[in-house]
Amino acid sequence: MKKYLYYPGCSLHSTGKAYEESMLSVFRYLNVEVEELKDWNCCGATSYASIDEVQAFSLAARNLVIAENQNGNGELPELLTPCNACYLVLTKTQKYMSTYPHVKEKVDQALSAASLHYEGKTKVRHPLDVIANDIGLKTVSDMVKKNLQGLRVACYYGCQIVRPFADFDDQHNPMTMDHLVSALGGEAVDWPLKTRCCSGSLTGTIPEAGLRLNRRLLVEAVKRKAEMIITCCPLCQFNLECFQDKINANYGENIHIPVMYFTQLMGVAFGLPEGDLGIQRLFVKPSWHLSSQKGGVKVHA
Amino acid sequence: MISLFPLGFVENKSSPDPRDKMRKIKYESELDLKFGEQMAAKAYGQKLLSCIQCGTCSSTCPLSDYMDYTPRKIIAMTREGFRDEVLNSLTIWLCSSCYACTVKCPRQIHITDVMYTLKREAIARGVYPKRYPIPIFSREFFNIVRKQGRNSEAILLIKFYLKTNLFMMFKQAFMGLRLMRTGRFSFKRDKIERIDKLQRLLKAAESIEEVRT
Repeated sequence: MKKYLYYPGCSLHSTGKAYEESMLSVFRYLNVEVEELKDWNCCGATSYASIDEVQAFSLAARNLVIAENQNGNGELPELLTPCNACYLVLTKTQKYMSTYPHVKEKVDQALSAASLHYEGKTKVRHPLDVIANDIGLKTVSDMVKKNLQGLRVACYYGCQIVRPFADFDDQHNPMTMDHLVSALGGEAVDWPLKTRCCSGSLTGTIPEAGLRLNRRLLVEAVKRKAEMIITCCPLCQFNLECFQDKINANYGENIHIPVMYFTQLMGVAFGLPEGDLGIQRLFVKPSWHLSSQKGGVKVHA
Repeated sequence: MISLFPLGFVENKSSPDPRDKMRKIKYESELDLKFGEQMAAKAYGQKLLSCIQCGTCSSTCPLSDYMDYTPRKIIAMTREGFRDEVLNSLTIWLCSSCYACTVKCPRQIHITDVMYTLKREAIARGVYPKRYPIPIFSREFFNIVRKQGRNSEAILLIKFYLKTNLFMMFKQAFMGLRLMRTGRFSFKRDKIERIDKLQRLLKAAESIEEVRT
């Protein structure tokens, strides 16, 4: 099987550490080779583009150039990008550089100051896309050791994975993660807010708006009897999980729902040790949920 | 929410006529009639000018509740040349780049890019709401990445709270401790090896004029 280059992005080294740990463990278990991109830099996220556009595109393009150079054997580099924000910024940079000659000219000019040359060969991939379309859900379900039967999961995609450039799933109603949950034996809850915005960094900057957006998502998931939420973005996970106490206090809710990365749930289904999946890093521990699932049959206490 | 002036009213401090200080209309001579086209050119194409004012953007926007002008109004005002109102608005900063409007717009207007363009224009002209937290957050993020090549979340948050609301930092301290205890928050500065090369790249990019189509 081919090798994937891996672009962690800043979040996977801090608040999203569990995402990195669980993703790497799952890929190791699935026998997929993953190599970290050498000396990668921040993608610029949304903040950088609010200040200087040419700089923002150049920042992202540097990572794409490094990926082109790191893959020595002439194979087209595939860059695994687990953070939704990084994924959007990198695909957007690529798309705008190929669509608008003015953009390309300016970014090329900036890159040449650092003696870098952009060819546009890197393929930016989200791990969810790789697992569903390269590895295949059949392989995934064959490797399940601990069936999650009966576990009701709300799949939260967030905004920036399918909007507006991704081509591996539908922009309005993505289903990849829902199918993945079924492949693991669980039950994906029908939850129309799956791509509704979690407010990004607004939970820190304008909490009165940011917290309310997260409250909507959580309340609806609980109402639909989800036992846990899984996400594929470090910022979504952080917002939905870490602000639950504050949402409960501010709005009189009583929400305690585990919010995990989809790779953590996969790891659990594969029977990998919890320490390798970063489960201990969660604020709302899912263990009591999972311990009620034994050998594929739901055991009621 | 902070509101700059009652919705729909034009504040005209410079006028000597007291009846002119607060009125509901703006005369054409007070508008920047080229503003719409300039912004359209910067935000990828002339599509902005073909907006049909259907309001799909405002109804899909998860944050329009908190905005002083809805996205539909911002597009209309930009096109008609209400430069100062648009650039001073909180709307452009509240946009969280979720792209819901962009994929739903029946005229394929890159609304998220319009918002980015307006943010940059507001910064370039120095007219953004100065004490509003979001531009400060963006600036701090920008500075950290320029210096280190990577963002350090803990340092970003501390710098942000120092410049905006110290009280908030203490309110958030408990969460910070929990994050540290679970190993998800670190004060180590994450720096790339070839920062010299990256800074040369950014310096070159800085001197290049904004992308225009």
